[in-house]
Amino acid sequence: MSAPVLSLRGIVKSYGAARALDGVDLELRSHEVLAVIGDSGAGKSTLVGVISGNQRPDAGEIAVGGRAVTLASPAVARQHGIASVFQDLALAPNLDVVENLFLGAELTRGSFLDEVSMEKQAWELLGQLSVRVPSVRVPVGALSAAQRQAVAIARALLGEPRVIVLDEPTSALGTRQTAQFLTLLERLRERGHGVVVTSHSLVDMHAVADRIVVLRLGRVNGEFDAALATQEELLAAVTGVGAPRRGEERGGGAR
Amino acid sequence: MTTLLSHARHRVRTAQLGLAGPAAALVLVWLVFQSLNPAFLSADNLVNLTQQSAVLGVLALGVVIVLHVGQLDLSVGALSGLAAAVTAVASVQWGWSQWIAVLAAIAVGVVAGLVYGLIHARLGVPAFVFTLAGLLLLMGLQLRVLGPTGSVNVPFETWLVDLSQRAFLAPAVSWAIVAVVVAAFAGTRWYDRARRVRLDLPVEPLGLLLGRVVLLAGILAGVVAYLGTNRGVGVPFAALVGLVALTDVALRRTRWGRAIRAVGGDADAARKAGVPVRRVLVSAFVLSSTMAALGGVLATGRLAAANQGTGDVDLTLTAIAAAVIGGTSLFGGRGSAWSALLGVLIVQSIATGVLLVGGDFSVRLIVTGLVFAGAIGLDALARRARSG
Ligand SMILES: Nc1ncnc2c1ncn2[C@@H]1O[C@H](COP(=O)(O)OP(=O)(O)OP(=O)(O)O)[C@@H](O)[C@H]1O
Ligand SMILES: [Mg+2]
Repeated sequence: MSAPVLSLRGIVKSYGAARALDGVDLELRSHEVLAVIGDSGAGKSTLVGVISGNQRPDAGEIAVGGRAVTLASPAVARQHGIASVFQDLALAPNLDVVENLFLGAELTRGSFLDEVSMEKQAWELLGQLSVRVPSVRVPVGALSAAQRQAVAIARALLGEPRVIVLDEPTSALGTRQTAQFLTLLERLRERGHGVVVTSHSLVDMHAVADRIVVLRLGRVNGEFDAALATQEELLAAVTGVGAPRRGEERGGGAR
Repeated sequence: MTTLLSHARHRVRTAQLGLAGPAAALVLVWLVFQSLNPAFLSADNLVNLTQQSAVLGVLALGVVIVLHVGQLDLSVGALSGLAAAVTAVASVQWGWSQWIAVLAAIAVGVVAGLVYGLIHARLGVPAFVFTLAGLLLLMGLQLRVLGPTGSVNVPFETWLVDLSQRAFLAPAVSWAIVAVVVAAFAGTRWYDRARRVRLDLPVEPLGLLLGRVVLLAGILAGVVAYLGTNRGVGVPFAALVGLVALTDVALRRTRWGRAIRAVGGDADAARKAGVPVRRVLVSAFVLSSTMAALGGVLATGRLAAANQGTGDVDLTLTAIAAAVIGGTSLFGGRGSAWSALLGVLIVQSIATGVLLVGGDFSVRLIVTGLVFAGAIGLDALARRARSG
């Protein structure tokens, strides 16, 4: 097997007295969809924050392509080839689709923005993802939740990142849109990206992921091959009832 | 065509008017005052109007930039007052060359902006709070610089006074500028359109492009021709228009401008997208304060003096009112540099118009306040329409 594109070792992150992450190890390969599941407050968003450079871990190491890195900000993570789709999508509602797609990485001709090239690339990218928007020049605030999410994903793909991290991407979607989104994840895997995706939904992740990591109270409470794991096993690991490789439960910690 | 119309109707209903709203308001104000006093739209009065707009316009432009990042600077007037005091005192009492005095005054603006920007970017305190502290501090400094007499006159025969009061563009220069601007506008629009055609992107109809060019040419030529029947286009006013145009290009066509609008729309989203939010915030405050200082310098020239009343609190309030009346949103991320110009023309038209029909300062404040309130209402309505 190839070397991991992303690996985390012993990641710890506390908010005051609460340990959101308590020694998390994680490895991700290219052409792989890794699902991180867990209950509310398990630490999924915090983990995504650490990988995306949005939150600095208190301890632990992160390596990209085998090289140790410090992800000081989302911009730095981006330079290391890690792109993120945040739970809140992080789009500016007053900017239009093209402006949001290229925000922070605009194309220029001389000192001026190259709107024409950006608009062209925006259409191409949205076409590849089979995303339908009425126009790429409407403010993002006027789009539906599914369209906004598609824009956020398209933005993540823009610099051909090695790793794409998505936090709760299906939470705002209906059934049909969720199905479309899962197809999209498969397309990302085919394109060779390593994908980390968090979710509440066991069923969705079971269907699409290659591997599933269960977080519970800030610790990895089981790691499964999606093809072999049963729903019962996953559920047990999520709830902490009779789970395999169960971490010792420390009350006060994360809840 | 019908979709264009219904689109336009939707935007009118939901108060998302862009610059059309303030432009219509300006025309309305002019029509009202013209019907009350036929001297209002005389070339002489309009030349006065443009001359009086320069100081407030530069201040309002700074306000527009800070509003774009969703903040409010309540000390622009006080800063302009301090800059005026520095200009006058340094050149008259300290014997500095007037150039150096002007540069020193502008440097004061840069420093104030840096301090404001760092406070806001580092501590996240809303600007309207700490600029209130700044207002007191700057007013105190202004009094201190002016000294016990509280007023310093600047000789009439200095370049600053000459520039601010008596310098008008020669007709040939005005027309040359009009020609160059129209050609540049048409050229870039045409070039962009050709690229879009080549790349198979949707384009605006040629007729519409032509219409825009004709409209711009008509407005510019009309202004130059009509003001030309009197004294012509004043240098300070021309400088204001140039500054507004530059700012407009910077806001719409550069990465910096995009970052400014993104930070005003959602600062956290901008940061996650990789925008250097702190630097962008600092740049907005530095630019705004620099413009406020520049306004103070121009005010010194215009009055040929600096005194304790230069940059009074009502100047700050009027500058903010002008920016909002001109169509820049109080909620951040939406607006245009041109709203500084349109807003100031509206506010100054009200000022001179009220005077012409025999009203006093109280009437002027009341009318401006009502128009400001109307603009705020429309701004809030437009915001509601967008979010729901
Ligand atoms: N900014 C913060 N300040 C304080 N505590 C926080 C903060 N963010 C998260 N936490 C705490 O850290 C723990 C993990 O939160 P996190 O948001 O990572 O969980 P999650 O698995 O994403 O939950 P959800 O499914 O609700 O999104 C929770 O106990 C939460 O209360
Ligand atoms: Mg979460």
